[in-house]
Amino acid sequence: MTRFITHLLAAFAIFAAGSARAQSIDETVNEIFAASTGWFVSFIFAPIPGTGFAWIVAWLVIAASVFTLYFGFIQFRVWRHSIQLVSGKYSDPNDAGEVSHFQALATALSGTVGLGNIAGVAVAVTIGGAGATFWMILAGLLGMASKFTECTLGVKYRNEYPDGTVSGGPMYYITKGFAERGLPGGKILAVMFAIFCVLGSLGGGNMFQANQAHQQLASVLGQYPGWITGVIFAAIVFAVIIGGLKSIARVTERVVPLMGVLYVGAALIILVMNYDMIGWAFGQIINGAFTGNGIVGGMIGALIQGFRRAAFSNEAGVGSAAIAHSAVRTKEPITEGFVSLLEPFIDTVLICTMTALVIIITGQLTTDAATGLYILGENGQIVTASGTTGVGLTSAAFGSALPWFPYVLVIAVLLFAFSTMISWSYYGLKAWTYLFGEGKNQEISFKVMFCVFVVIGAAASLDPVIDFSDAAIFAMAVVNIIGLYFLMPVVKRELNSYLARLESGEIKRFK
Amino acid sequence: MPGKILVAVDGSDAGARALAFAHSRAKREGWSLMLVHVLEWSPYTFLTAEELEERHARRKQELARAEAAIISPLVAAYQGQGVEIETAIKYGHVTETICDVATEIRASEIVTGRTGNSGVMSRVFGSVAGTLAQIAPVPCTIVP
Repeated sequence: MTRFITHLLAAFAIFAAGSARAQSIDETVNEIFAASTGWFVSFIFAPIPGTGFAWIVAWLVIAASVFTLYFGFIQFRVWRHSIQLVSGKYSDPNDAGEVSHFQALATALSGTVGLGNIAGVAVAVTIGGAGATFWMILAGLLGMASKFTECTLGVKYRNEYPDGTVSGGPMYYITKGFAERGLPGGKILAVMFAIFCVLGSLGGGNMFQANQAHQQLASVLGQYPGWITGVIFAAIVFAVIIGGLKSIARVTERVVPLMGVLYVGAALIILVMNYDMIGWAFGQIINGAFTGNGIVGGMIGALIQGFRRAAFSNEAGVGSAAIAHSAVRTKEPITEGFVSLLEPFIDTVLICTMTALVIIITGQLTTDAATGLYILGENGQIVTASGTTGVGLTSAAFGSALPWFPYVLVIAVLLFAFSTMISWSYYGLKAWTYLFGEGKNQEISFKVMFCVFVVIGAAASLDPVIDFSDAAIFAMAVVNIIGLYFLMPVVKRELNSYLARLESGEIKRFK
Repeated sequence: MPGKILVAVDGSDAGARALAFAHSRAKREGWSLMLVHVLEWSPYTFLTAEELEERHARRKQELARAEAAIISPLVAAYQGQGVEIETAIKYGHVTETICDVATEIRASEIVTGRTGNSGVMSRVFGSVAGTLAQIAPVPCTIVP
């Protein structure tokens, strides 16, 4: 890490020597970045020997399926109760003024709804074709069970301090839960998780966001060096997380949900405009899911892309949401699990699917008229009508039907990127203080580092950033899911007890 | 059963006037008082992760501050004059919460003050006294 920062400072020195060499700063940052993270990325995405299937993707899907079965399809059994909890029907009026279920859900969502939903999905369908959407939705539905498990544990095993603040998340439930059950190794796993969480917060929670924000700005303002966007973003993030300028964060938190609604609304308008194509689009999705429709890797290729994007977008099993949810004041930890399982649904099954449908319906993925298969470019990705991928592709897709939408999208991307960064700066910070102890100095050092990585992320090119972001976030999932397997009986106990008391009327409805 | 007057106060002079009025009335009738202060709060606003973490501590501070700055001075002013005074500090939508408390304690009436702002803001957003007059579940006196 120090080597990394030294190189970055060196890059800044070059800039000081003459801004005419600005473009070379981006290149330098990029090279250093790709070189120093390559090994980590290859390890995380290593295929299962003899197959092309990345072990990490299997790991996530198997976990989500195990939780789904173990809790008896919890995501389909309790969603109605989840909505009642969010709308406050079971909230004691005497607890008013504490964090509500709605607020915890909204905050956790503003951390996950972000560029994964806009850019990530676009990347997934350019590589995996329309079929990736099918696997993405399936992964989203299964992921609800993972999220349920981790968020319940997050509340149950959080630390409460005398001043009334709380710290929770996988590092806490792994340590305390393992100790409670007499299992060894909890501390080691928790430390590993915390390290990966710091990396994840700098990767997917920061660099990927900065990177895509820059791409989006450059597409509107014309090409200019990425570090400029980086410095501006870093300054704003700095003002919020170090300067304590809460008003900026608060405005963003308020506008982000509005943007989310606007985004889904625009997507629905496009679907209605092309209602005759909806059947065809679903045909493409189902057909592509099992044949691949000519993409590299066929069905498996589509499946990997779908699962990978879903996990990156909704973070189920990653453990990040457990950190956000642990602040809720509730007598029943399980209720937070019920609420959190709505997240993958909103994030992936709803918003990501909208993005994919719009890209497919507006004909962005070019096909060979004769065979009906996708036309592949030299890089193995599907050639898109606009020649772009990531945010650019989503923007082109929406723009082809609603010409004004790309402008809205620019604002949405910037806000999503910003709110995700703020959320992840908090997740990273919690992991950091777990490792190095609570304290002002520890907090400041992490926050400054976080701001530096905003600049690196904006300057580096997309592919190494996206790979590193995925790798770091998936590494969190490796540790977190081991913890979840060992602690899921605890959740089961809570679940059975709660459902029994709900049935008997012991748990009262207030409204 | 002797009656109980719910007095809604907000720390302003108007609140103090309302209490003075309610107190003299309670004394005459042999009723008791319930002093209520509501901190505006919606469970549907958006908070950052950091604010979520601090919320419980903040709530404690806010309650202590309201108790010290608003409720205690008012109670102290009328202590020992033969009228029983209960107090409550609540979170929620101000007028709805006042009405909920009134129903819950079976208040005979609600007394509140008004600031007398006739400006644009209160025209657009309405005022607490105005809304109470509209939705109060029991008779409501607005003290000018």
